[in-house]
Amino acid sequence: MSSVLYDSPGPRTKAMTIIGSVVAVPLIGLAVYLWIYRPLADAGQFKGELWGPIVDPNNQYFSLVWERWGDGWLNTLKAAVLSIIASLLLGSLIALVRRELRELRHRRFPGSPFGGFGRFGVLVGRGLTRAWVEIARGTPVVTTLYFVFLVLPIWGIDFDDRMWFLVIGLTIYNSVVIGEIIRSGMDGLPQGQDEAARAVGLSTWQSSRIVMFPQAFRVMLPALISQVVVILKDTSLGGVIISYEEALGVTKQMVEAFRGEHLAIGIPMYFSIGVIYIVVNYALSKLAAYLQKRLSRRGFKPIDKPATALVAEASAGAGGAGSL
Amino acid sequence: MEVFSEKLGVFWDGYLGTLQMSLLAAIGALILGGVVAVLRIAPLPPLRGVGTAYVTIFRNVPLTVVMFFTAFALPLLGSNAGFLKIPGLTSVIKPLGTDLPFFRFATIALTVYTAAFVCEALRSGIGAVPPGQAEAARSLGLTFGQNLRHIVLPQAWKYAVVPLGSVIIAMIKNSALAAAFGVIVTLMGVVDELVSQEYYDALPVFLGVVVGYLTMTIPLGLALDAVERSQKKAVRR
Repeated sequence: MSSVLYDSPGPRTKAMTIIGSVVAVPLIGLAVYLWIYRPLADAGQFKGELWGPIVDPNNQYFSLVWERWGDGWLNTLKAAVLSIIASLLLGSLIALVRRELRELRHRRFPGSPFGGFGRFGVLVGRGLTRAWVEIARGTPVVTTLYFVFLVLPIWGIDFDDRMWFLVIGLTIYNSVVIGEIIRSGMDGLPQGQDEAARAVGLSTWQSSRIVMFPQAFRVMLPALISQVVVILKDTSLGGVIISYEEALGVTKQMVEAFRGEHLAIGIPMYFSIGVIYIVVNYALSKLAAYLQKRLSRRGFKPIDKPATALVAEASAGAGGAGSL
Repeated sequence: MEVFSEKLGVFWDGYLGTLQMSLLAAIGALILGGVVAVLRIAPLPPLRGVGTAYVTIFRNVPLTVVMFFTAFALPLLGSNAGFLKIPGLTSVIKPLGTDLPFFRFATIALTVYTAAFVCEALRSGIGAVPPGQAEAARSLGLTFGQNLRHIVLPQAWKYAVVPLGSVIIAMIKNSALAAAFGVIVTLMGVVDELVSQEYYDALPVFLGVVVGYLTMTIPLGLALDAVERSQKKAVRR
């Protein structure tokens, strides 16, 4: 990154860098002390009674807090894994179907009395899938989730376990985003792949499924993993919007319970849960970076992420992989 | 469907609230993200460390946690984000001046969170400039500042537009989360007000809200697609 901006440093620049760093470190330290540590300390946020339930095993609440967090993370993982699997399956299907419909665009149906209907059907199918993609990814996940939670029961689709609402809501959004990632991966493959597949007699559907899809999946793996991070982060919406007991929802409940005990434990609690999220997601994004490196070593040129992937990366839960 | 004739004003207020919050957060995030981007490409390693830490933290933590933290920490620190009650601006953007601080808290959380992604978009723009450009500039004797101003940044800006736009679209959608923290005056808050409190049918209300969001996100997305296509064409030529 710096290579665009800087020459490799000479002895004078190196000396300046060292001097500058020596000056900068205490200044940064001072800023942290003045603007972060002092206000928090003045507000009494470093008192032992606030942090005890989280870090002190002898505290009466310690085991309770971590037990709840354990349950919460288990629920987070459950919802995340289910959403990821569902989104991948549905997303792949969307990508394949949209590709098939695009190829059928020029197809005539000679000899069939319903040929006109066939062409019309393709047109309608294309319009519908396109509209679905635009609506599903243009709507905030928050809205989709709340919609699923409020409206599905009215339509007679109800679940005892709220997790399913979360899974459905996340799948609606993420399957579309994953579908677009895979589709742009297939479009980005060398033209010859598809041509060769057709030359040996494969149909569009077979070529997409057997030749294009596996390669696209591999090429887009880093982008797909960033999407996995997004899903993991978005499960935290479940706790806020539909009171599903995932990691953040559990934290919120505990903060409220402690308020009943006259302990304003919000900052330590939310800070700690934030740290756990960062550790988990950072590890995942490192995995994505590693995969990207391995893939490029094996001759798979990573294809530019579509704009949709970038959108998704910054989305509500957002996050992850550092391939930018 | 009678909800539209009876409560059109509520929808409009919510729409305006979302637009206003998005506008404020976009401006804030562009400025803050620019500062973080400068830190991340600074020649001094400690400054780079600060920038990297900022981006790592806010890219990996859910916005929900950031919002909780803001809503919890700022009042404890004795702040109701009153510094956002900018005279003049509060008469245009009404929710900014109210006694309840949640609109301001949500805007701050959204800004701080989005800034990390803005920084990455800007940085990817700089990274996309071919190194030969800067090398040529240096070999012509341009200083660091001249190089940045005349050669690197004008090109980086071009590469950064599309990712920046994507970040802004995502931010508009993220602003919906504010409703879960008691900010009624956003589009998503309309659902809360009309469905949860006044018992209107959920379906038409959601329809209105979704259409509202789509009128913001889809045109922006199409514009970005057009920009991207024209850029690709320019590269091919």
